Amino acid sequence: MRAEAGIVAERDDRGGTRLAVLRGESPLLLRRTGRPDGGGVTVHLVGGAAGPLRGDELRLDVVVEPGARLEIRSVAASLALPGRPAPPSRLTVTASVAAGGTLRWLPEPLIAAAGCDHDVVTRVDVAEGGTLLWRDDLVCGRHREASGAVRADTLIRYAGVALYRHELAVGPGAPGWDGAAVLGGGRAIGTVVTAGPELPEPAVLGTDAAAMRLAGPGVLATAVGEDIRQVKAALDPWCDPASRRALTAV
Amino acid sequence: MSLGALLLLADGRLPSGGHAHSGGLEPQIANGRVRDVDGLAGFLRGRLATSGLVSAAFAAATCADVGRSAELDAGLDARTPSPALRRASRAQGRALLRAGRAMWPIATIGREPHQPVALGALAAAAGLTPAEAAIAAAHGTITGSASAGVRLLGLDPYAVHALLARLTPECDRIAALAAARSGDPVDELPAAGAPLLDIGAEHHATWEVRLFAS
Repeated sequence: MRAEAGIVAERDDRGGTRLAVLRGESPLLLRRTGRPDGGGVTVHLVGGAAGPLRGDELRLDVVVEPGARLEIRSVAASLALPGRPAPPSRLTVTASVAAGGTLRWLPEPLIAAAGCDHDVVTRVDVAEGGTLLWRDDLVCGRHREASGAVRADTLIRYAGVALYRHELAVGPGAPGWDGAAVLGGGRAIGTVVTAGPELPEPAVLGTDAAAMRLAGPGVLATAVGEDIRQVKAALDPWCDPASRRALTAV
Repeated sequence: MSLGALLLLADGRLPSGGHAHSGGLEPQIANGRVRDVDGLAGFLRGRLATSGLVSAAFAAATCADVGRSAELDAGLDARTPSPALRRASRAQGRALLRAGRAMWPIATIGREPHQPVALGALAAAAGLTPAEAAIAAAHGTITGSASAGVRLLGLDPYAVHALLARLTPECDRIAALAAARSGDPVDELPAAGAPLLDIGAEHHATWEVRLFAS
């Protein structure tokens, strides 16, 4: 299955945000949700089919124009599945955020079902003065199931310079992924990259979680857990500005 | 190429301060994830496939073209989210350069480069190939942690060296993969990350008492 989806958010003449483009096709269906809030718009990804399955080629392109505020969520976890013998499935997400624009990417976790073979390629460009919050959670296998193979390949640039370049491979074909250097037997991992002019203070977020100041203008919060609940416990408050202030005040 | 120069560069007795670093092992021992040789094996396999691959690729790329060292150094910054690990890498790079300058005439690069960039510059100065720089880097990412494991857990040194011997084919494979990509644009070079190494390093940096610097 091949599918492409796109979102272009731009500032309207009343200081809010309007969606100049909102197009998708199954399984990447997009719905605008909720009321306009603080000048921003929320879009939910709605899975329109099972998968991704091997052989699927999916692509989502997001553009946030100057001054626009966009939040992208998903209604449910996405489940990478084996399907028929075929090349790996692949989801490519590209995003650009212009100066004064804000993009918050907060999808539900990706679950690597046993036997899946899935690539996620993320390329994000944030212009100087743009703001980004980019979260990705991964669960290695369903309940009591071996993990499938997932490779996540992420590049986030800020003002044209690589800010965060990271690859993570889990499951068969990824040597030592469950050893004590990578996930240490943990079955869930979450990362949140924040970039922009206003950054949260780094903090130790838990036994297997930390927020760290990147070399460029950004902070990475990352958490490893036995299951996704531990990851959410560390990262959900971090993604919510109000509770983050309370967190650092303690 | 000179096998003698390669052995000098890969020798743990090179006075480059490497013995002060556990390569992220100390925090994983403290939290109980590594208790024995099997636990160390899992740690080393993961470290080799992640930071070992990245170090080998950046050492090989620097060796192939020392003129790219500033760009490659910035590429390692983007691949090292933990400030504690960036400091450890730069401290080891500076110490390695200091030792290297006494051995060979080294091209002018920054004063405190990341360790793989310093290693690549030394390899180039010694007349080594990018493939040799890669194997020295990959080898160093596991041998340093292995010897730290012997000291921290009191593991049997024979059993640990037997483990290192079992890992040599994987070490060669990672180095060959790294060398094959050494001409790639910096953004396309390997970027395999190890979340627990990053998290562990940040926790470790807050400890009041520790045996290793990182």
